[in-house]
Amino acid sequence: MVKLQLPNPGLEDRIPSHTELEVLEKEEADSRPKWDNKAQYMLTCVGFCVGLGNVWRFPYLCQSHGGGAFMIPFLILLILEGIPLLHLEFAIGQRLRKGSVGVWSSIHPTLKGVGIAAMCVSFLVSLYYNTIIAWVMWYFFNSFQEPLPWSTCPLTNNRTDYIEECAKSSPVDYFWYRETLNTSTSIEDSGTIQWWLLLCLTCAWGILYVCTIRGIETTGKAVYITSTLPYLVLTIFLIRGLTLKGSVNGIVFLFTPNVTELANPVTWLDAGAQVFYSFSLAFGGLISFSSYNPVHNNCEKDAVIISVINGFTSIYAATVIYSIIGFRATERYDDCFDKNILTLMNAFDLPEGNVTQDNFEQMQQLCNMTDPVTFASLNFETCDLKSLLSEGVEGTGLAFIVFTEAITKMPISPLWSILFFIMLFCLGLSSMFGNIEGVLVPLQDLKIVPPKWPKELITGITCAGSYLIAFIFVLRSGNYWLALFDSFAGSIPLLIIAFCEMFSVVYIYGIDRFNKDIEFMIGHKPNIFWQVTWRVISPLIMLVIFLFYFVVKVNEELLYSVWNPKYEEFPKPQKIGYPGWVYAIIVIIAGVPSLIIPAFAIYKAIRNCCQKRSDHTGLISSISETSVNGNLKNSA
Amino acid sequence: MLGVLLLAFSVVSVASAELCKPDAQNAFKVRLSIKTALGDNAYAWDANEEYLFKAMMAFAMRRYSSKSTTQISNVLLCNVTDRVSFWFVVTDSSKNTTTVPGSEVEAAIRMNRNRINSAFLLSDKTLQFLKISTTLSPPVEPSTPVWLIVFGVVLSLIVAGIVFLVVSGIRKHKKKNKESTERENLEEKGEVTITIENGIPCETLDLKAGHVNGVFAADDERFTSL
Repeated sequence: MVKLQLPNPGLEDRIPSHTELEVLEKEEADSRPKWDNKAQYMLTCVGFCVGLGNVWRFPYLCQSHGGGAFMIPFLILLILEGIPLLHLEFAIGQRLRKGSVGVWSSIHPTLKGVGIAAMCVSFLVSLYYNTIIAWVMWYFFNSFQEPLPWSTCPLTNNRTDYIEECAKSSPVDYFWYRETLNTSTSIEDSGTIQWWLLLCLTCAWGILYVCTIRGIETTGKAVYITSTLPYLVLTIFLIRGLTLKGSVNGIVFLFTPNVTELANPVTWLDAGAQVFYSFSLAFGGLISFSSYNPVHNNCEKDAVIISVINGFTSIYAATVIYSIIGFRATERYDDCFDKNILTLMNAFDLPEGNVTQDNFEQMQQLCNMTDPVTFASLNFETCDLKSLLSEGVEGTGLAFIVFTEAITKMPISPLWSILFFIMLFCLGLSSMFGNIEGVLVPLQDLKIVPPKWPKELITGITCAGSYLIAFIFVLRSGNYWLALFDSFAGSIPLLIIAFCEMFSVVYIYGIDRFNKDIEFMIGHKPNIFWQVTWRVISPLIMLVIFLFYFVVKVNEELLYSVWNPKYEEFPKPQKIGYPGWVYAIIVIIAGVPSLIIPAFAIYKAIRNCCQKRSDHTGLISSISETSVNGNLKNSA
Repeated sequence: MLGVLLLAFSVVSVASAELCKPDAQNAFKVRLSIKTALGDNAYAWDANEEYLFKAMMAFAMRRYSSKSTTQISNVLLCNVTDRVSFWFVVTDSSKNTTTVPGSEVEAAIRMNRNRINSAFLLSDKTLQFLKISTTLSPPVEPSTPVWLIVFGVVLSLIVAGIVFLVVSGIRKHKKKNKESTERENLEEKGEVTITIENGIPCETLDLKAGHVNGVFAADDERFTSL
């Protein structure tokens, strides 16, 4: 076993000792907020981990990387990468009882940059994540009518025909790109603020503020609904989906294994990235949440339970989504086939019902023999169920285009639409709680805000500030900005932060000390599995994923897809390159959080070197308390 | 006499055959998809249905031109197929040998399309007049868009929530401040009776807010070993 341990003087002084923790626990003198019960804590963590990615990223990955065979890399990496990292974050938060900045600066003052980086990433992610929630709310507001507004194309001004952009693409595409986003044709063409999206954004930030106004006191109550409702809706959709024609085709297609995909390294890379991002690691939120736990909470069991729930939810959501996609693909296939049948029937005046899907080919041949001239002039469309099923869509395209189209074909569509968007809203909001926690707690730890200010005010200012910055995402080019932030703000910096976390805990804090801490907290030393994964396997996996990601991202030509009605191949999205100044922004978004870590370390090192004053860290807060008139004047 | 009648009949039928044939001038092709529209309740297309069709066309012509001269016999059907599709023309009521211009027939059908559709329990898609394009029905738009109403409801709930939480937070804060200042005031006046033991008030001991001085040796070391 690697026994490398970097020198770390003064560590004992920065962290509470075991006896102090025991005292805090017994006397309940902790001034930190606390969970009302274990269920709140579990639901909050589950809500943070289970997010929109489980619904719209995992099914796509599963289907495009060999279906059932994808489970193998996914589960392996879940066990080797997800669970160890999760356990590490829970344990370190519970032990050091501080938010992410506090934890890392306790371990070593130069590591404060890790916490600050996590705060920056949480902030950038919460900016665009809440905009997605605003889009979900827009669709939710529009679901209270029959027929749904995205089921038919609107008419032109003189009512003679459908609007051209809509007729060429589809009603759902038109509703998403034109009536919701009103998207421009490039990221440089900013356009004006779309007022309807601004109203929805206001709602989204308002609801977030209401739920996080007093920290976990209020979010703890909100998660009872936001974490449980998605499972209820998924079950309802599963039952509904299984009764629709063609849903089983979708599920079978999703899980049909294609073992050759396992040889493709991209499959493993995507699986690793999905496990990592799905667990919302390195945001700092999980460390904060577990710091509110009692000292002897069994964090090992929690980590395993939450990982299992997260994995199960991904698979469950994939099943539901693909049952509905199977239904949609079958409907489209039937429509396509019916059109062909109609063409044949109308040309040859055959009675209705004579030509069905089963005897279509025979009838085609018959007609060809009777009248080859007419037959040759007919235009038949190719209908392929497999290609319709593998129209793999992910992300916003899945939720707002594919799924909404499927909903319009179901009976009582407004009901299903409302349920679906409530589910997406709850999934997104519960993840936002963790993001905001990852922003607010470091702000308090860094002492940027005066401690006298009430929590409501700090939360209000943070939400208001983020709301104002998020105006970029409701411009006409907002969709492109969001895609930019999604690709760069939340990908590479997180990998770096997670790697630094593991390295710090194992080698700077000391794995021996960490083992003793866990033994103190939960009663037994972590077994060989945890030792191996923490020391070697998980950091290695993180490093490999980071290197691959970095190399791929740096080498690939940066193109982004735009919706351009004047494009020749419309309605296919057009791929164009970013203008020069956007590259600078990308470097800032991805680079600043990543570079804060070494920058802060260097800054601290220089300060330590330059200051030749004696070390003041010898002063420990006194344990004996003076009491005047019954008031404890020096509370720890 | 019989011969003359036969001759006249054949002339008429020849004439009508000439007037009504596929792609004739002013002739329209009609296509019905009864099974698609009605499924199990589909009726069979027979001579009675054809009669109804002729009657509806005559009705449409009468309503359109408002001269009540068009008769059922003026509507000629031909080339009925199993699909169910056929061609028809409307002959001029005054002279049996010419057909009414296609534009007039088209206008008449457009005006009465709804009535014609409902007579056959079909719709624009299932009762097709192939040369007459369907007019698209304008969507029903309520005065206030529905989404604004829902948005208004949600926003008012949010504002109510914020106001309630902020106000209750301020009240709690004020109560806490008032309590602590009251206690301080009372203590200054010496009116608060706090049972004191060893200089430490019993209340704080009960609240367990006191700290154990870890410097003092633990229990089992109290007695020096012999």
